[in-house]
Amino acid sequence: MDAILLSRLQFAAATMFHFIFVPLTLGLSVLIAGMETAYVRTGKELYLRMAKFWGKLFLINFVLGVVTGITLEFQFGTNWSRYSAYVGDIFGSLLAIEATAAFFLESTFIGVWVFGWKKLSPKAHAIVAWLVAGAGNLSAVWILIANGFMQNPLGYVIRNGRAELNDFMAVVLNPFAWQQFAHTILGAFCVAGFFVLGISAWHLARKSHEEFFNASLRIGAGVALAASILVAVQGHFHGNEVARVQPVKLAAMESHWETRANAPMYLLQIPGENGNVLEALPVPSLLSILAYNDPNAVVKGLNDVPAADRPPVAITFWAFRAMVGIGTIMPLIALFAWVKRRDIGKYPWFLKLLPWAIPLPYLGLQAGWIVAEVGRQPWIVHGLMRTSDAVSPISGGQVGFTLAAIIVLYTLLGAAGFFLAGRAVKQGPDAAR
Amino acid sequence: MLETIWFLLWGVLWAVYFALDGFDLGMGMLKPFLARDEYEKRVIYNAAGPFWDGNEVWLISAGGVTFAAFPLAYAAMFSGLYTALMLLLFALIVRGVSFEFRSKVDSPGWKALWDGCQVAGSFLPALLLGVAFANIFQGLPLDQNQVMHGGLLDLLNPYGLAGGVLFVLLFLLHGALWLSIKAEGDLRERAASTAAKLWPVLAAVIVVFLAYTWFATKLFTNYMANPALFLILLVPVGGLVMIRVWLAARRFWAAWGASAVMIIGVTLFAVVGLFPAILPSSLNPAWSLTATDAGIKASSSPLTLAIMLGVALVFVPIVIGYQFWVYKTFSAPVTREDLEY
Repeated sequence: MDAILLSRLQFAAATMFHFIFVPLTLGLSVLIAGMETAYVRTGKELYLRMAKFWGKLFLINFVLGVVTGITLEFQFGTNWSRYSAYVGDIFGSLLAIEATAAFFLESTFIGVWVFGWKKLSPKAHAIVAWLVAGAGNLSAVWILIANGFMQNPLGYVIRNGRAELNDFMAVVLNPFAWQQFAHTILGAFCVAGFFVLGISAWHLARKSHEEFFNASLRIGAGVALAASILVAVQGHFHGNEVARVQPVKLAAMESHWETRANAPMYLLQIPGENGNVLEALPVPSLLSILAYNDPNAVVKGLNDVPAADRPPVAITFWAFRAMVGIGTIMPLIALFAWVKRRDIGKYPWFLKLLPWAIPLPYLGLQAGWIVAEVGRQPWIVHGLMRTSDAVSPISGGQVGFTLAAIIVLYTLLGAAGFFLAGRAVKQGPDAAR
Repeated sequence: MLETIWFLLWGVLWAVYFALDGFDLGMGMLKPFLARDEYEKRVIYNAAGPFWDGNEVWLISAGGVTFAAFPLAYAAMFSGLYTALMLLLFALIVRGVSFEFRSKVDSPGWKALWDGCQVAGSFLPALLLGVAFANIFQGLPLDQNQVMHGGLLDLLNPYGLAGGVLFVLLFLLHGALWLSIKAEGDLRERAASTAAKLWPVLAAVIVVFLAYTWFATKLFTNYMANPALFLILLVPVGGLVMIRVWLAARRFWAAWGASAVMIIGVTLFAVVGLFPAILPSSLNPAWSLTATDAGIKASSSPLTLAIMLGVALVFVPIVIGYQFWVYKTFSAPVTREDLEY
């Protein structure tokens, strides 16, 4: 196999694995900081125990997120050196700013958080927790501004045979980047909410530590409900931005082939790579409304795009369906949990269901990123540089070897992490360590 | 001008990375030789615990700044050293995870597994960074299209390996000195006497490496053209001497500081020798990737360099400030009471 396909697989594997851990880090860090703050304010031991129990799970997750993130920064140089040389003037500086302004803060204070329980006052420790949470989310801002440049390049000129920065504020204020940030961060809070909800329900179904997990469940239900509603509402505006900036991606998400006004959406649709295999039950104008908030709007179809410029339609289409489907189920589950939070014990079937809902937001986020990244193909920087022109001049054999190594190593580490998290969950809040 | 400033900052970032992560990598390598029981192992883990993550970010920053300020050099360096860098990454990954995972299960097999990861994950980065930098010092086979020829085995030439040995020794001594600060009793004595034994070996290797550098690289060209620069050598040499003095006086903090100064001095000596090249080409000097126009100019646009300088001037002092606070907060030796985590 050639270096380009293998490098794409390697990057996909490395990012998707990294993104199993990042969303929980982003959301749960804020919840834990909130628990510590509640402890400082009320002096209730319960909140401290909460911060420690959820903190233990947080740390197992955090370390895997950090170590897999380092691979990504290096991979731009190792596997995508032509990309790095071509847009490094802009993209590289965003990564460097992320490291200097955010990642330093997060990594320095996570050590203080872990080892500082006795050295710091509860108040100082809570401040450290907020620093870790804030820095993690600030990292996401800069990373998504960098990704936003790949989706919707702004603020550059082509000079000296590469893209050079000419308007830094345009890069930083890229509306596409901020929509993606909002969508991702709300998804991350869905992950944290359902994580706390599901694990609390698991213990409540066993009637263990009921006070502790009832309180945790309420927090989880509130966060899951708010985040899953907001992510759906905000997703609509994000979709508008995609329609405006990346009409081809939108067409692939909907497997929409003919450019037309009053574009319908089909309730039953199976996409092919050259047209739909099946389309039935049209809802008139719905696609035009969803994309442009206007029933008469013209929606560009894939037939008007050269085949070489189309993303893989089926993957984009189904990933989008998966994301939206999950986004519809999540608020319903969260709403029921929130409404019944005070006597949730009366619904043992629901307590048994909730742990199974933990993977939902994870799958939704992965599917969403497949839409974002596969839907951008064949461009690595939308409209500016093709993925095929971006790969390093390295042999397929080298990449194949490291791809295999990454898969083996990550799988083993992931299994170890999953095992440790499972143990920590079962041990409950009062385990010795 | 901006390019020159960034070239120096690039060197400073690498130097600070070596000076900080160097000691926890060194302790990771020393652990099997110094720790006699589970308690002492945990002291060594805890001596690195609050710091290693923050230290490693200096590497991320050094990589990020190479990307931001010298994108062509980043592209050529990271793709050209592909296999070596991937090995370095895997090593750093298992090392990082070992810190967090080891303590979570009370079984000898589980702990031995992560101890092994810790040792390998500390030794490989030290060795590979030394090999990589020594190869950069002597020049890499870069062609006119900034493509590097040759693979991992070509990097393992005698001078490259000498660089690897030098880095391993620098970090071993640095780690032994840190452990002399952070451990108590027997373990501290063993760490201090290990440092004392490592010192003459390192001193000898530094002398040999400098002589070898004279023949294997062009690092001394800038120095011969401007002999005043030789004063830079006083920094690493002074550091080396003061380690011995302060170690004998059992002033471990000062000795560790001298070791950090020595590491920074060694790095600066090399960076000044490299200037203006970031990646010298061994095939043709005109194909070297440089900060200025002396070869193939690898630096970013003036606007990017200016913005990045602003970012660095604001944030680097802040980072140094809070990292200093962390070192101060956790400056006391690790006690039994601390090991409850």
